[in-house]
Amino acid sequence: MTKSNRNLQILNGVTVVMLLISTALVFLYAPLERTMGQVQRIFYFHVSAGWVGMLAFMVTLVLGAVYLRTGNRRWDMIAAASVEIGLVFTVMNAASGSIWARPAWNTWWTWDPRLTTFTIMALIYVAYLMLRQGIEDPERRARFASVYGIVGFVSVPITFFAIRWWRTIHPVVIGEGAGEAQGTFSMTSPMVQVMLFCFATFTLLYFCLLANRLQLETLAQRVEQLKARVMSA
Amino acid sequence: MTQSSSNSEQSSVISEQRLIGSERPTVDWSLFTAYWRTVSAVLWKDLAAEFRSKELITAMVVFSLLVVLVFNFALQLDKLTRESVAAGVLWVTAVFSGTLGLNRSLALEKDRGSLDGLLLAPVDRSALYFGKMLGNWLFMLIVQAVILPVFFVLYNLPVLTPLLLVVIVIGTLGYAGVGTLLASMAVHSRSRDVMLPILLLPVAVPVLVAAVNASTNILAAAPWDEIAPYLNLLAVYDVIFIAVAYMLFDYVVEE
Repeated sequence: MTKSNRNLQILNGVTVVMLLISTALVFLYAPLERTMGQVQRIFYFHVSAGWVGMLAFMVTLVLGAVYLRTGNRRWDMIAAASVEIGLVFTVMNAASGSIWARPAWNTWWTWDPRLTTFTIMALIYVAYLMLRQGIEDPERRARFASVYGIVGFVSVPITFFAIRWWRTIHPVVIGEGAGEAQGTFSMTSPMVQVMLFCFATFTLLYFCLLANRLQLETLAQRVEQLKARVMSA
Repeated sequence: MTQSSSNSEQSSVISEQRLIGSERPTVDWSLFTAYWRTVSAVLWKDLAAEFRSKELITAMVVFSLLVVLVFNFALQLDKLTRESVAAGVLWVTAVFSGTLGLNRSLALEKDRGSLDGLLLAPVDRSALYFGKMLGNWLFMLIVQAVILPVFFVLYNLPVLTPLLLVVIVIGTLGYAGVGTLLASMAVHSRSRDVMLPILLLPVAVPVLVAAVNASTNILAAAPWDEIAPYLNLLAVYDVIFIAVAYMLFDYVVEE
């Protein structure tokens, strides 16, 4: 096993262990919330997934800008991998939020600011991936993807503020809320600890998935090179 | 960078400095006017080409009318509800026909190869962006000018208020601003016609939200406090995205 392979395996192992620990923490250590009961435990994974989604897209923004500056295609490769992973976490965020919403708000879906903004964010990154699919020239693909990654991410906070001027029913646990928020709760100390641990776990999971995806992409490119060499021989 | 000279006595000194080749001493107004000459040249080219054939505007206007018609049948509403969704219908129409206009405008550039010709010119690439953007914006405004009276008749609403016109002007500016940048990318992709809406609509959501809400409130004669935030949002969006597009357009059109 090569060195980089072994590092990757270690990273995978550590991630799995942390996921197990955080699951245990969420179900065993975190206290039971007074009004919502067990269903509140989704909150830890839901928020962490949302955080990782935003992190992934921030990474895409930065690396897109770096690619436009330097022209090194490796940055674009990481940016694309980041979008794929970010999209998965954003969908997880929406799904877990939806599952929580059914018992808490008695509806699967509602067009409140945060939900809507995250949906739009997901659509932007689906569009990003479709743009990549639609362009054949690799250099142009990387350039356009970087530009769209920047435009897309810049629009997310603006979208959020735009929609927020409507009344919101999404609970605001961290920071101030606007209007009536049903299902808000204030966090006790063990809850904060569990949430921070879940944040850390999911962030590690993101980097783990990113590393694996990059390795896959590197191998795929190597295969292409070998194929080209065989064809021309 | 540039230092503006306030004293004409220094002009001889300054010209000496220019000969020596040290830092630029004055604001070179000729560059500034050259930039705007390019912008207006591109804009004039688009307008002139369009007014000869009128194909783009005709297509956009007819399409807008059809969309209004379809909405009329799709949303079978009583009078009161119809008035409350009128702003939404107006903006959906604007968005769809705007997409059409953007697509056609940039596809023509690419297919005729005129974009390559423009790129060869020794001008700042962003001037091309502004020229195209202003042209697209103007086309959208012309279409709106035709559609608004139709709305006035069909929905019996006070659509010709100045404030509503301001919203339409600012909203379409933001949409055309982002749309021009994204359309320049979309024309190179395989599924060209459908790629632009996919790219543009999620990013243009703030424009839609703010414009529809502002328009609804204006039509309902709501107090200024309810309209102002949306106007602010539109203005902020326009500034941010035109700046972003200005910075990124070079990367899109380089070969």
